[in-house]
Amino acid sequence: MDLKVIVNEERCKSCGLCVNICPKHVLRISDKINSKGYYPVELFDNENCISCGFCYLVCPDMAIAEVKKPEFVK
Amino acid sequence: MKTIYKVPSAITSRDTTYCPGCTHGVAHRIVAELLDETGLTKKTVIVWPVGCSVFGYYFIGTDALIAAHGRACAMATGIKRVHPESFVMTYQGDGDLASIGIAETVHAAARGENITTVFINNGNYGMTGGQMSPTTLIGQVTTTSPYGRKPELNGFPLHVPEMLATMDGPAYIARGALDNPQHINQAKKFIQKAFTAQQKRLGYSLVELVSTCPTNWKMTPVESIERVKREVLPIFPLGEFRAVKGVE
Amino acid sequence: MGEKLLMKGSEAIAEAAIRAGAMAFFGYPITPQNETPEYFSRRMPELGRVFLQAESEVAAINMVYGAACTGTRAITTSSSPGISLMQEGFSYIANTNVPCVVVNAMRGGPGLGDIAPAQADYFQATKGGGHGDYHSIVIAPHTVQEEADLMFDAFELADKYRIMVVVLVDGLLGQMMEPVEFKDWVDVKKFKTPEWATVGQGDRAQRNILISFDILAEGLEKMNLVLQNKYAKIRENEVRFEEYKMDDADYAITAFGTVARIAKTTIELARNEGIKIGLIRPITLYPFPEKVIENRASNVKFFFDTEMNEGQMLEDVKLAVNGKKPVYFHGRLGGIVPTAEEILDEFKKHLGG
Repeated sequence: MDLKVIVNEERCKSCGLCVNICPKHVLRISDKINSKGYYPVELFDNENCISCGFCYLVCPDMAIAEVKKPEFVK
Repeated sequence: MKTIYKVPSAITSRDTTYCPGCTHGVAHRIVAELLDETGLTKKTVIVWPVGCSVFGYYFIGTDALIAAHGRACAMATGIKRVHPESFVMTYQGDGDLASIGIAETVHAAARGENITTVFINNGNYGMTGGQMSPTTLIGQVTTTSPYGRKPELNGFPLHVPEMLATMDGPAYIARGALDNPQHINQAKKFIQKAFTAQQKRLGYSLVELVSTCPTNWKMTPVESIERVKREVLPIFPLGEFRAVKGVE
Repeated sequence: MGEKLLMKGSEAIAEAAIRAGAMAFFGYPITPQNETPEYFSRRMPELGRVFLQAESEVAAINMVYGAACTGTRAITTSSSPGISLMQEGFSYIANTNVPCVVVNAMRGGPGLGDIAPAQADYFQATKGGGHGDYHSIVIAPHTVQEEADLMFDAFELADKYRIMVVVLVDGLLGQMMEPVEFKDWVDVKKFKTPEWATVGQGDRAQRNILISFDILAEGLEKMNLVLQNKYAKIRENEVRFEEYKMDDADYAITAFGTVARIAKTTIELARNEGIKIGLIRPITLYPFPEKVIENRASNVKFFFDTEMNEGQMLEDVKLAVNGKKPVYFHGRLGGIVPTAEEILDEFKKHLGG
């Protein structure tokens, strides 16, 4: 399944504001490292993400590039 | 899958130069979203300030100028008076707008200039290393108020929207905050109304955005937004202070 | 050219600027030049142009700066203390490479000084004035007719080089009434928004960014070199001066503006006594007419510089003469205008021997 939160890892500065605000605790600071030396955030639990977009709203670095919501077909 | 949120196209591909957790980027994004939504990007001139957001033109892709410290509203006045078809914005911090540029701001407001100001209030001079500013709170320690801001020595924080709202020139004056999703959505709505005020030529519009400065506050980003809620918002309450008829 | 009118210098400046295509005036009241903004305030609305009284000179010059960034012909006028306040804007305008015109009706200084005519802002105008390595083109008329003519040139030069042009006059040149004939109106309908202007990107392929800023020293050095190349071109092409009775002169007076006018009478008085003096009158104070002064150094016995200050242009004259001949000086301070006789008496002190 496609990820509901698309992270632009190069833009992330590991500030943690998205991790802090996420109501479902599906985001975490990863142990990857980007070219600026920051550990970018990652969506580790796509299934429980509710696509609320809080992470996008609070991200100061446009690192949450996109938030998507599944479309249910009747 | 349906896209709910996507970085707006008025944001350039350049990564921001702000410190981790600094809310300048949030302010940039909501301005850029509104430029996208209103279709104003290619009509817009942004007058950037002196301060951390001096590099703002790297991140929002419009025609751009950098004013001398505090002079953004005067420069924007010059542009708008000779080019009323342009959409003219200033983006200023609290040192820039409320201290060295307070005269330019107050008089642009008094004249009802058809320009829009986004005013970032983070309670200190960020770029220069966290000195006391006009919006530094009583008791707040900064590099030039090492014993905390004392009223008998430094006076009191300046409430710009409350002051401007007493005047006849401004069309729309509000204060928002960037500390949580609800406030960020509200702030965007405020800025949208400010844009409307200019588009309808109703007069001056200003939206103050209570922001954070984790580096100079010597806090983590999360501690910073908690401080906004705990210490700053009680002194700088959110809301609309003036909205003339026609601003929606 | 049209009919001859009898006008005050301060109003002729405004009328000429308007005819030369000034689309916006921003300014703040200050004596001795209030007739100029007052004139603009009447005429600009009649023509559908912008007149705005700013809250300060600081704001006024930054309004001019903003308007200039849209490629619009913009002007401010002020006097010495007001011009001091505008220096911040001048420096930014210089490094942003935008055109505008500023008139300084100089008055006595320093500080609040007085409101009498003076020339003590020569250094400030010609050497930069604000921070950084920059110059403005500085022109100094000496009659009302020349004030009117040079306003047209001021706007042309400003646009040609994307530079600030300072017109340096004083209260005397502002208050005196003389016959004046204006050049033809510039057709403002032909004005186009330049490619570099910041008015919103519109159909342009790239957006425009007009700034006086580069955080990297290498970049800022490049910006400076752009300015220096521009100044070199200006020094090569835009020097203007008047030589008055220099052909047979044994002595040369150097003077500009009001004092140059008085010096012409001094020269008549001297020639009646058989003393052959001529006048070299710089019209552009920057670029300074150093070559003509240097060349005349081989013809004359000495130079006599006279100004309403303590010897400011004197330094440029001395640099041009470069030690080849003596350069003497007489100046009055604080707003006192020397008489023709006084200048002659001072001149004569250096004769003989």
